[in-house]
Amino acid sequence: MMSRLGLALFAGWVVILATTPLFAENYIVRTAIMIAMYSALALSWNIIGGFTGYPSFATVAFFGVGCYVGGIAQRAGVPMALAWAIATVAVGAMAAALGAIILRLKGHYFAIGSIAIVEVCRLVISSWRSVTGGGDGLNVPLLRWHPDAVAQFFLLVMIGIMLAAFVMNALVDRHRLGFGLKCIRQNEDAADMVGVDTTRYKIVGFTLSALLCGTVGAAYASWVGYIDPTDSFQILMTVKVPVMALMGGAGTVLGPALGAAAFVILEEIFWANFLEWNRAILGAIIVALIFFLPGGLLNISWRRAARRLRGRESAEAPA
Amino acid sequence: MQIAQILANGLVLGALYACLAVGFSLVWGVLNVINMLHGSFIILGGYLTFFAWRDFGIHPLVMLPPVALLTFAIGYAVQYGLVNKVVTAPVLTTLTLTFGLDMIIYNLMTVGFHATPVKVSLGLGSVSAFGVRMPVDRLMGMGLALLLTGALYYVMRASTIGRAIVAVRMDRAAAALMGIRVNHIYAVTFGIGALMAGLAGVIFAVIFPVTTNLSGMYLGKAFVVCVIGGLGSVPGALVGGLVLGVVESFAGHFFGPAHALTVGFLLMLALLVVKPTGLVGVKGYE
Repeated sequence: MMSRLGLALFAGWVVILATTPLFAENYIVRTAIMIAMYSALALSWNIIGGFTGYPSFATVAFFGVGCYVGGIAQRAGVPMALAWAIATVAVGAMAAALGAIILRLKGHYFAIGSIAIVEVCRLVISSWRSVTGGGDGLNVPLLRWHPDAVAQFFLLVMIGIMLAAFVMNALVDRHRLGFGLKCIRQNEDAADMVGVDTTRYKIVGFTLSALLCGTVGAAYASWVGYIDPTDSFQILMTVKVPVMALMGGAGTVLGPALGAAAFVILEEIFWANFLEWNRAILGAIIVALIFFLPGGLLNISWRRAARRLRGRESAEAPA
Repeated sequence: MQIAQILANGLVLGALYACLAVGFSLVWGVLNVINMLHGSFIILGGYLTFFAWRDFGIHPLVMLPPVALLTFAIGYAVQYGLVNKVVTAPVLTTLTLTFGLDMIIYNLMTVGFHATPVKVSLGLGSVSAFGVRMPVDRLMGMGLALLLTGALYYVMRASTIGRAIVAVRMDRAAAALMGIRVNHIYAVTFGIGALMAGLAGVIFAVIFPVTTNLSGMYLGKAFVVCVIGGLGSVPGALVGGLVLGVVESFAGHFFGPAHALTVGFLLMLALLVVKPTGLVGVKGYE
């Protein structure tokens, strides 16, 4: 559930992102595109990782396959928008098929299984030279517009996908699907017992969490114009997306968008200022997040924080 | 005789994989933590061995005790100070935490040691018997890997600390009631996991190139070995390692080396679905 205030703030945020080309330089616009892109990924992950509580690390597999399906389709002469649609459907179908297999696993085994999916996708794409170009990568046809126009266009596209992911989250949250998924998170056996069709719910949730990752991947491929296996299946992204959702508050509708924005901005600051230590600083943020912000930014108890600041709440306060 | 050569290569590789994965399996089995730091501990052991050999002429065998001590100390401290605080949290939390720590160590190592691959070359030549040729350093590595794995098995079965670890794995609450300091045992377990990784790193430095870029691949191998063999048992890791080594060796020969990895992961996915307890599915860590 989200408050009117939260919704209003989110709407304001979307407007700010969408209007960055009017008042900011290219670098900021690029950052805005990345924010919208990661928000869409984190919101998608939220369906399986947040609502259902399944620790999936497969997001980057869906993103990468989306990149390649979209890129290959475009090279074959398919118009851009249609290529994105094809990528979305293909990734959705892949997730449904894989989900039927790995959703039988729980906890640690599911986590490892989802990481294995990323590895298998990456290895298959890097060794299937005739179709994917292997390690050399693929050139995707670029839009022959003015560079600023291209950036504005992809900003709007990514924001559009982000909004779609947001609406999907809001709908799932209210629908019986979301209720069932949350039951599964709390106690899967009990959910099964009271009549939630857990297998079907989980597969639907997993597929929904993959669909828009495929769209994002295909749009990303069209935006950057060149894809290769190391870029499309970044090992870091495997964990970044869940961390973003955790940072904002997994299982809430606004949290993943908030976390993605916070994470991308932090990352850009560290890239710009501490190039050599960038990875260590991100690691330290993750560690701090686990210890000091376990519920995410949205779940901070502001009242307690204020009291603590005034020094009324001492060490014996309940943890 | 080509089959014999491929099989021999696979078995040697398999023994190394077993040694690589057994510490990871122990931590997963006892603490229920997927330790993303495991690959970096291996690389750390490898780098220490390389620099001791290059700069001071110290033989890799001499490096075994100091590397063991150092990685154990790091592992103990990480578990006692950090992971213990969230050890009962869901897998997402502990995995993310160890991943964050891994990013820090990875960065420290890339800055401190540079990412250029390095290797200890002892120049021992190779031997051949029954039409099978094998480099001597690989054979020694295999012997050492098996010895270390066997030593861990002995420690788990026969020492007080080993029995305490098994007890905590079986029932944390009951073990605490019997006077076992659970937090200490958790830290020791994590330390042993790190120690085994560090020692595997010493062996690997002689056989494979050492570079931070390989830590992810070693971690992946540990996943696969654990799932194939079954979680949390020394024999499981041994079986898993040997199976993976032989499968990769044959897959590499018939489909090309690029596909050896893929076959390993596919085997793991298949086993996860068909028999998640692994080939040697046992309950207790013995």
